[in-house]
Amino acid sequence: MILFLPIIIPLFFVALLIMMRKNLRLQKWLSAIGVLLQLFAAVTIFTEVRASGTIFSQAGNWPAPFGISFFADYTSAIVLIAVSFVALWIHIFSFGAIDRTRQKFGLFVLFQGLLTGINGALLTADIFNLYVWFEVMLISSFVLISLGATKSQLRGAVKYVVMNLFGSALFVSAIGIVYGQLGTLNMADIALKINQQGLNLPLNSAMMLFFIAFGIKAAVFPFYFWLPSSYPAPPVAVTAFLSATLTKVGVYVLIRFYSLFAFHQAEFWQPIIYGIAAITMVSGVIMAASAYDIRKILSFHIISQIGYMIMGLGIFSVFGLAGALYFLVHNMLSKTTAFMSAGLMQQKYGTFDLKKMGNLYRLHPYVAFLFLIPALSLAGIPPTSGFFGKFLLIYAGFSAGAWIVTISALVVSIFTLFSMVKIWNEAIWKPLPEDVPVHDEKRMNRTSVFASSVMAFSSLLFGFAITWFFDVFIRAGEQLVNNQHYINAILNP
Amino acid sequence: MTTLLAILIGFLFSVSIYLLLRRSIVKLVLGLLFLSYATSLLLFVTGGLTVGKPAFVESQTQIASKVVSDPLPQALILTAIVIGFGVAAFAMVLIYRFHRETGTIDMDELSETNQK
Repeated sequence: MILFLPIIIPLFFVALLIMMRKNLRLQKWLSAIGVLLQLFAAVTIFTEVRASGTIFSQAGNWPAPFGISFFADYTSAIVLIAVSFVALWIHIFSFGAIDRTRQKFGLFVLFQGLLTGINGALLTADIFNLYVWFEVMLISSFVLISLGATKSQLRGAVKYVVMNLFGSALFVSAIGIVYGQLGTLNMADIALKINQQGLNLPLNSAMMLFFIAFGIKAAVFPFYFWLPSSYPAPPVAVTAFLSATLTKVGVYVLIRFYSLFAFHQAEFWQPIIYGIAAITMVSGVIMAASAYDIRKILSFHIISQIGYMIMGLGIFSVFGLAGALYFLVHNMLSKTTAFMSAGLMQQKYGTFDLKKMGNLYRLHPYVAFLFLIPALSLAGIPPTSGFFGKFLLIYAGFSAGAWIVTISALVVSIFTLFSMVKIWNEAIWKPLPEDVPVHDEKRMNRTSVFASSVMAFSSLLFGFAITWFFDVFIRAGEQLVNNQHYINAILNP
Repeated sequence: MTTLLAILIGFLFSVSIYLLLRRSIVKLVLGLLFLSYATSLLLFVTGGLTVGKPAFVESQTQIASKVVSDPLPQALILTAIVIGFGVAAFAMVLIYRFHRETGTIDMDELSETNQK
């Protein structure tokens, strides 16, 4: 039953918060409490997974291939905890970082709605149910991106809505084909049937449709063009939330589908995934090198780092998958911290434009330090979490003999360092340009600074406590490599 | 019948993609609507067509003795239609607001975001 809690809690809070919409103070703290409860539920799920390997429940007690199954293994438990943790601190950050009008018009309701969809998508083991959770997630994110209705937000939202609806249509078509071929929607049952009969042509084309649909959500190479225009448009707390959750859920589902179904055709899929991973990494980082707006630089880096995760998926060994997952969680923590410190800089300077910033090191050394941690981590300097994530991936890449993609991963790291150094030089070390007025009266919001500090600290801890985390992620990788774990857990409990 | 429907699905998909690629955002929304019709029809056909048979089992028997048509694709389509309807409503409000803020319905105006 515990598996339903992460879905029911935010759904309940959506209803509760709509009733409280007159009282903003109450609403925001209630919402934070709601996320805290989800975090507790996620931790409980994780401890149960650690005790027994996998847990599952059937909705409505219908037996396994017929009813909708909910399932958690190490992978889903890890991502679930990471999502709830990041969501909690983004909530606290947004108390002071997002204007009252947006908060009044249901910001927290939308946060909870988004979390409902994400938690559902992480835990379900039924492809049509997954589609429904994706739609719950999408409709909340559509409103989150357009909430406030500035011009750039509306422009970004139109692109985002069209691309994602197109992806959803492909997703439903693929579900139709899989159901027509196999007569089942349960993911374990589909995996079992594919194990027995292999992937025929219609099923493999369905896999391609799935790949495109999730690729659009995860923003991989040919499908990422919506991201640079829609992610930087809303307030930075919303961007941080979307980047930490939506794109990462896309990657999670890609990992899940590939490790359950598509790996049978590895000789077809592996070159495609390697190619896409390399191009995604390189093009993301090059676009970041040319940008001069902190939010844009960080948004382009989202794309580049999705490439690393996809690369780990393509390698498809225990180390590769563990590395991809570790990198995913590292990215959630570090990228959120980076966005938060960019938000703090914007509170100080009133802009995200690097050319209008400077001298932060003297004005606010603490905020400069808060940016330094995620910057080093994203560039992969030891002993931060980014180093260990890249180390795992590159080790797995060389052991699998995937030379081209691994070498491009190494080169991309240098370019990542370059853009981080650019932000550091421009915003933090450079003297303030003379034509820019000094905003000494502008203060940073204390709750926001506190939330960023906690995120920075936890991102550091994620790197320092590598020995403990390593064990957990290797177990997750072991479960993913063999889809029999998944099938046995659901069909022969 | 299946062949005919397959051609129809292909036609609907091509209509929707043609509309999606036009510059006007009104046609964009129409394209999204056609896309959801095409996928609903695809869901319906891929399950296999059973002509003239009910989608339920008689109450005395537990197991279907005769051929029955599969009710599941229809349930899936119903869900997909409801979701598509909600999303279409949102898309219409979005383009209305977009038109009010920017005074244009031309997609090419969108490209400004990337130049700033």
